[in-house]
Amino acid sequence: MVENDDPAAAPVLRTTYTRAGKARTIGITGPPGSGKSTLVAALVAAYRRAGERVAVVAVDPSSPFTGGAILGDRIRLRDQFLDEGLFIRSMATRGQTGGLARATGRMAAVLDAVGYGVVLVETVGVGQEEVDVVRLVDTVCLVTVPGLGDDIQAIKAGIIEIADVLVVNKSDRPGADEAARDLRYMLSLGASRTGWTPPIVRTTATTGEGVERLVKEIDAHRTWSRESGEHDRRRLGAARSEVETLLRDELVRRLGDRRGAALDALVAKVASRETDPYSAVEQLLGVSDRSG
Amino acid sequence: MTVGVQPSPIRVVVAKAGLDGHDRGAKVVARALRDAGMEVIYTGVHQTPEQVVETALQEDVDAVGLSILSGAHNHLFPRIAELMKQKGLKDVLLFGGGIIPDADLPFLKERGVDRIFPPGATFDEITTYLREAVGRRRH
Ligand SMILES: Nc1nc2c(ncn2[C@@H]2O[C@H](COP(=O)(O)OP(=O)(O)OP(=O)(O)O)[C@@H](O)[C@H]2O)c(=O)[nH]1
Ligand SMILES: [Mg+2]
Repeated sequence: MVENDDPAAAPVLRTTYTRAGKARTIGITGPPGSGKSTLVAALVAAYRRAGERVAVVAVDPSSPFTGGAILGDRIRLRDQFLDEGLFIRSMATRGQTGGLARATGRMAAVLDAVGYGVVLVETVGVGQEEVDVVRLVDTVCLVTVPGLGDDIQAIKAGIIEIADVLVVNKSDRPGADEAARDLRYMLSLGASRTGWTPPIVRTTATTGEGVERLVKEIDAHRTWSRESGEHDRRRLGAARSEVETLLRDELVRRLGDRRGAALDALVAKVASRETDPYSAVEQLLGVSDRSG
Repeated sequence: MTVGVQPSPIRVVVAKAGLDGHDRGAKVVARALRDAGMEVIYTGVHQTPEQVVETALQEDVDAVGLSILSGAHNHLFPRIAELMKQKGLKDVLLFGGGIIPDADLPFLKERGVDRIFPPGATFDEITTYLREAVGRRRH
């Protein structure tokens, strides 16, 4: 319901939204196969040991052809399946721009409101959709692995700028030192916008090595974020985009309800090049600013 | 405006319960359902009935598909159906496949299994069945 942009979800969100905001939300993103799910499982174990209730939202890409998806991330968390303090929800990207980020944000808000102290969001860090998703969380961990070589350049674009903690996973493999060095070098190139320099943490998710340190760095980021005002800035940004999106949808819907025929007619005229989209919008809104 | 509300994709848990560790069949079905546009939560092998039902609950699915080759179907299906009822998943379809003697079908049906597909069933049959049965339940 919540993930379907279903109007029926609105009452749920109305009552839960104002109760949300207590959870730590943590994004885990990075290239396919870098060990995100394994790391999520290790983080779940660490937070559960600390007595937190944990929710995991795992986002898998949909097939671009059929829209279908196989959501397999539960498998890595199987040992912890029947733990009452753990909730796992898989989501597919479903191909609509912005839709996924909204759905994920709402899911996280609901889980937060019902008392999960930690919400982990796993996404494959490749597209804009995923970048939008992780923007919604408090702390973004970018997971890389040794041996990416120049490929590291590819993930750098766009996403490294939103990473708060950099993880070199599979540190049991050769090349971990170089990977960490490359990341440090890349960080040194860009001036930090916020005053936060992302720490670089080495982990071996399969054995749990480095995970305690990762938890500490995530905490440190959270503390800094709260004290520096970055936390409020992010929440403000997320709230603005949520409200603006809903406003946009609602305006289009109301217009369609009241002036559906006029809208259809104008769309047809735009299609046949009788008019242009700008004039069509002005006409629909009843503003003719041609008069100047 | 003529923007139709798109029905949300059908969500299905494909589970492999019981002791046998052969999940090629279940994986192939999972892929076929994905290719038919569904969202499939694949659980992996050796699932207990409790785990299968907990997954169905947390993932808010329309249907649970169970593959059983181990011969324990007369135990596993009724147990899962019962747990589903207990957890309030009364609108969720339970279906399955595997090597199951015809003689057992009436018993399973009576215990809440909506449909059993024999080994020779085509993907088309399975997806058509799911679309129709889920469509009926969503209304
Ligand atoms: N050697 C080694 N292998 C690891 C480590 N972490 C994960 N792996 C292995 O890497 C493979 C991929 O791990 P996943 O956790 O599924 O990776 P992922 O990033 O979630 O993958 P996608 O969700 O498919 O993008 C698995 O075979 C893991 O066992 C590690 O620290 N060291
Ligand atoms: Mg994964």
